[in-house]
Amino acid sequence: MPRVKIKRRKFVMPSKYILLIMSILCVGMMILTFTTDIVVKPLSIVSGYVLVPFQEGISEVGMWFTKRSDELKQLRDVMAENEALQAKIDELSIENSNLLQDKYELTKLRELYELDEKYEEYEKVGARVIGKDPGNWFSVFLIDKGSSDGIEVNMNVMAGSGLVGIVTQVGTNWATVRTVIDDASNVSAMVLSTSDRLVVTGDLQLMESGVIRFAQLKDEDDSVVKGDQIVTSNISDKFLPGITIGYINEINTDSNNLTKSGTIAPIVDFDHLDVVLVVKQLKQQKE
Amino acid sequence: MKRKIVVFFMILICFLLQCTVFQALSLGGIVPNLLIMLTSSFGFMKGRKEGIFVGFISGMLIDVFYSSFYGGYALIYMVIGYANGYFHRIFYPEDVKLPIIFITVSDFIYCIITYVFLFLLRTRIHFFFYLKSVIFPELVYTVVITVIFYRLILLIHRKLEESEKRSASKFV
Repeated sequence: MPRVKIKRRKFVMPSKYILLIMSILCVGMMILTFTTDIVVKPLSIVSGYVLVPFQEGISEVGMWFTKRSDELKQLRDVMAENEALQAKIDELSIENSNLLQDKYELTKLRELYELDEKYEEYEKVGARVIGKDPGNWFSVFLIDKGSSDGIEVNMNVMAGSGLVGIVTQVGTNWATVRTVIDDASNVSAMVLSTSDRLVVTGDLQLMESGVIRFAQLKDEDDSVVKGDQIVTSNISDKFLPGITIGYINEINTDSNNLTKSGTIAPIVDFDHLDVVLVVKQLKQQKE
Repeated sequence: MKRKIVVFFMILICFLLQCTVFQALSLGGIVPNLLIMLTSSFGFMKGRKEGIFVGFISGMLIDVFYSSFYGGYALIYMVIGYANGYFHRIFYPEDVKLPIIFITVSDFIYCIITYVFLFLLRTRIHFFFYLKSVIFPELVYTVVITVIFYRLILLIHRKLEESEKRSASKFV
């Protein structure tokens, strides 16, 4: 007996229901990632292994090109700068000898008071910047070291001697870093000379001019002046104390006459970051 | 299936380019939005479902690497892809002007949504500043890139259509 084939129409779901289901999925994921980290782990591990090698390769090539063009540009500037610097060297060497005398005095005094060194030597690990936030709104970048190199969320990131930002997300072989100039970044800091506390807030409006905003500086006796060094404060719960952020560029009294605000010139060149140092010590060690 | 794989790799390539090469080619710190270009063009070239698929993958990639929670960008991109699918009916491959308008409007809407949810809600109220220094430059740059890349996307789309037709006619 021949089998009768019943031709069934293939069931096609209308696109609006697909949209609805996917939207619910997205909202569900948002809620889940806000409260727990169930979804985060497997997805980030898989995507890390797929995408990070590519990003490393491409950014290496791109870096080579930008470096060459930068070098040409810099050469001209450097020659002009050289002359100016030569004059400065003479000036500074005189100053230096004065400072050396002060330093001898300081070491003696420190020994007297049995003070520890001002900065503890933090263990650091170098990492390369391999990608940046695809949008134009935030300043977040990707580095090529992850949890397999001992990197954890909330570790501080430096370049040279200045603060770059903080690790916000970690995969096995990658991590994202939120810079201090990012619009969503807030850092508790202090003035090095007077220990007055302030808050350093990234601002997209100021990003172009290369400065960061600071606010809530209490300085009743007007001792903080333009050019003062700003370092991370000892009361911050995520940033290690004493890392330089930058120097005060502009300072104004707020309309409440109690606090001051203004801008800071960071010492890190955020446009040309390619190698950063991750400090492998957390401010709050896990129990 | 073949289409899905090809499209997936196109999204990957665009994402990687946007995060690496275009960051180096940025003009005044502004990068073009390749993923919106892709989502929007596949939306009106193929229809709403394709828009949802491309938008979801694109948004999810951004979420996984650069967002603090998952699903946000995926939702925005998905809705934009879906909305573009409504214009599938008036899409003609020969016409280049209309797609450029769609992509521009999509990018603009995307920028506005990001501004409202990620900046306005944090009391960053100087809308015209953001319009002038982020949204507008991004639009212009994206349009320029679209003019260059759109034909390539269209070419890939046509090749995919052809191979789909061929394999469909085999079974008849």
